[in-house]
Amino acid sequence: MWRNINERYNLVGSHCETCGKYYYPQRKVCPTCRRKGKLAEAKMPETGKIVSFSRVFVAPSGFENETPYFLAIVELDNKATLLTQIVDSKAESVKEGAKVELVFRKIYEDSPEGAIAYGYKFRVVS
Amino acid sequence: MTKTGIIGYGVSIPHYRIKTTEIARVWGKDGEHIAAGLGVKEKAVGGFDEDSATIAVEASRRAVKMAGIDAQKIGAIYVGSESKPYAVKPTATIVADALMAGPDLMAADYEFACKAGTAGVQTCMGLVKSNMIEVGLAVGADTAQGRPGDALEFSAASGGAAFLVGREKVFAEINHTYSYTTDTPDFWRRQHEEFPMHAGRFTGDPAYFRHVISCAKKTMEIAGTKASDYAYAVFHQPNGKFPVRAGAILGFSKEQIQTGLITPVIGNTYSGASMIGLAAVLDVAKAGDRILCVSYGSGAGSDGFDITVTSEISKHKPAALVQDLVARKEYVDYATYIKYRRKLKSL
Amino acid sequence: MRKVSVIGVGQTTFGEHWSLSLRDLVTEAGVKAIENANVEGKDVQALFGGCMASGRFIGQEHIGALMADQMGMNPLPAYRTEAACASGGVALRLAYMAVAGGMYDVVAVGGMEKMTDVSTEDAAVALAGAGDQESELFNGATFPAIYALMARRHMHDFGTTEEQMALCAVKNHGHAVHNPYAQFRKAITVADVMKSGYIASPLKLLDCSPLTDGAAAMVLCASDKAKDYTDKPVEIIASAQASDTLALHERASLTGLRATEVAAKDAYKQAKIAPKDVDLLECHDCFSIAQIMALEDLGFCKKGTGGKFIEEGNTDLGGVIPTNLSGGLKAVGHPVGASGVREAIDVVRQLRGDAPTPVQVKDAQIGLSHNVGGSGATVVVHAYKRGF
Repeated sequence: MWRNINERYNLVGSHCETCGKYYYPQRKVCPTCRRKGKLAEAKMPETGKIVSFSRVFVAPSGFENETPYFLAIVELDNKATLLTQIVDSKAESVKEGAKVELVFRKIYEDSPEGAIAYGYKFRVVS
Repeated sequence: MTKTGIIGYGVSIPHYRIKTTEIARVWGKDGEHIAAGLGVKEKAVGGFDEDSATIAVEASRRAVKMAGIDAQKIGAIYVGSESKPYAVKPTATIVADALMAGPDLMAADYEFACKAGTAGVQTCMGLVKSNMIEVGLAVGADTAQGRPGDALEFSAASGGAAFLVGREKVFAEINHTYSYTTDTPDFWRRQHEEFPMHAGRFTGDPAYFRHVISCAKKTMEIAGTKASDYAYAVFHQPNGKFPVRAGAILGFSKEQIQTGLITPVIGNTYSGASMIGLAAVLDVAKAGDRILCVSYGSGAGSDGFDITVTSEISKHKPAALVQDLVARKEYVDYATYIKYRRKLKSL
Repeated sequence: MRKVSVIGVGQTTFGEHWSLSLRDLVTEAGVKAIENANVEGKDVQALFGGCMASGRFIGQEHIGALMADQMGMNPLPAYRTEAACASGGVALRLAYMAVAGGMYDVVAVGGMEKMTDVSTEDAAVALAGAGDQESELFNGATFPAIYALMARRHMHDFGTTEEQMALCAVKNHGHAVHNPYAQFRKAITVADVMKSGYIASPLKLLDCSPLTDGAAAMVLCASDKAKDYTDKPVEIIASAQASDTLALHERASLTGLRATEVAAKDAYKQAKIAPKDVDLLECHDCFSIAQIMALEDLGFCKKGTGGKFIEEGNTDLGGVIPTNLSGGLKAVGHPVGASGVREAIDVVRQLRGDAPTPVQVKDAQIGLSHNVGGSGATVVVHAYKRGF
């Protein structure tokens, strides 16, 4: 969890300098270029659009008290795609093509005594 | 002497609201009457995934955007809150990594009830003025709650603000700061207790008013000003009435107080309250405007600031206007509110 | 590379087996398969077992050793494969490769899972390990949610409806009525599915395969020795496997599984067949949308037309490609490590003429099984031909 702080707090992914593609989360090897690829850390754009979404009513352990919540696959402005929750948005506004922006939220805590994992979520911009 | 003052600010107000009348409905009280008496129509409610750290980060990110600086220039971060997610583990470091401001950085969390954030501003002023740092970040953020059914439940809200203090491109110069501090037990929360205690009517004259008025008077004395010199006055605002009365006592008009009075529509955001009020004023202030800002923290103390807006203000746009954040909202009912704020015993 | 045949099959019933442990299940399936194959225990040269998450479900690892021990077959070598819900299919593939490559003549391969000793929420966390822990489960995505994202996009791009997805589940349940091993043997209607409540929209409870305990096993033999053991050998004429990104959000497409397309093409090439030559299909319907996409990706209908294809009766007995005549994962149940082997067994039964009469394909010659791990990061496709 601690290992991923910069990646998750600041949406720092990877950029392959050989082919120009962006990846989030980070990768050590570019799937397109493999050994020819030169991957560097790169901050992702904070905006994008929804590609698909689902409203989750039955959650895994740790998320039970948050249902229902929206999950979506978001395509960031640099074409990197990630999975994230959509928050603070009216249900009707969560749909394919909706523009979204990054927010900083609590993702997970495994107990009242445990450490809190913070990270990225997105909200629909009107 | 170099100008020291505000070079950027940001506000975070959660998306959800609950109306005073909705809370009153559950407890069988007259909501309209309470709303009128308190001067609070509705309050901001943090979602299940929000806490004072997420609010502090959002406000701080907006402040950095507005200032247009590289976060690495921040030499110190102080986060004030009375509803920290951890009793031990600083929120300031979460903010630091969420801004990529570290690791060359001083940091700590502050507690002084509702004036923990402005205490941070004073600390940053000292560090900047003495050239120990280039830029300091002071944040006031809270998600504090009142005991269910208690009077405080109507006003205790979630929200926060962050101020960057620096020497260059200052658009709100802090000419003077003064604090009035005494040991006064008007409102407190013991270690391991979930909800605060308050001393009822004692929180008025001997607490809020004594400190706010004394601080305001002394700050103006130091600054050599009188009420009419100010375009705006911002006071700590635990409800919609206290700051109006304080203003009247000090000779301020309703117009001078109005812009910086946000509690009526978002509730009392504790460490964020006077800072959000100040941000709302800066959203519309013009070069040359003078602002008096007096915070109050129970326990007790007030921090006073005499501020002059400079011509730099036209070159800096806030990342989000307070009024836009106030307007962006969705109402929840009491059950959803206590679920989000984890007041259900099993949560 | 020599030819490989299936000479015996066996499985437990699938369901919530409160009184049976994982070792009880795998032993029962293993013994049944060995008896069905007419082999002696001493003829079996190696054991292969697929099991996804015994560590998280029951705290037990080292499953290869568990199998060999419990079957009384020490000191035989025993292998465990893990590829999420394709653990069974991958076990089958590895067993096939070992025999085809001449390493062994006779091996037993099983798939197993014991899922009901933990809470539903903890089971969801264990299953979510089939996806990307760091970028999918971390954000609160369970498997229904991940397939729901595919379903939603399929609906958006092709107009697939929730009713068409519901029909998948309805047909599979209808077949399972005749399957004595199935977890659910009751017919359901589209209306039942539509009002079963959203798990992750648009997928509802009855669009989703259940949590199940069960084990399934087969005995493989070099084809030229198969007649020593059985009159009804079934030859494995293709074995193919492909991979794709672990996380759904990294895929090129949300509406189909590239790994299915790649594995299927390879399988058809190996067997020198085309989709039209296939007489029946057991495909991986972990969620109703998965069956729709599988029919498209396996080449039985054009991309986007899967829903209509099913609606028009093409997957019914007597149709173009009878599908999941066993009841599929939805109605038979889905003990995740077992399903890949269970699918193979149901194809073999059909080719042997041993399927329940109401769902037996007349004169079935060629069958196909399709097993998916996670949201498509692993896909295994096998083709089979009647060997008698």
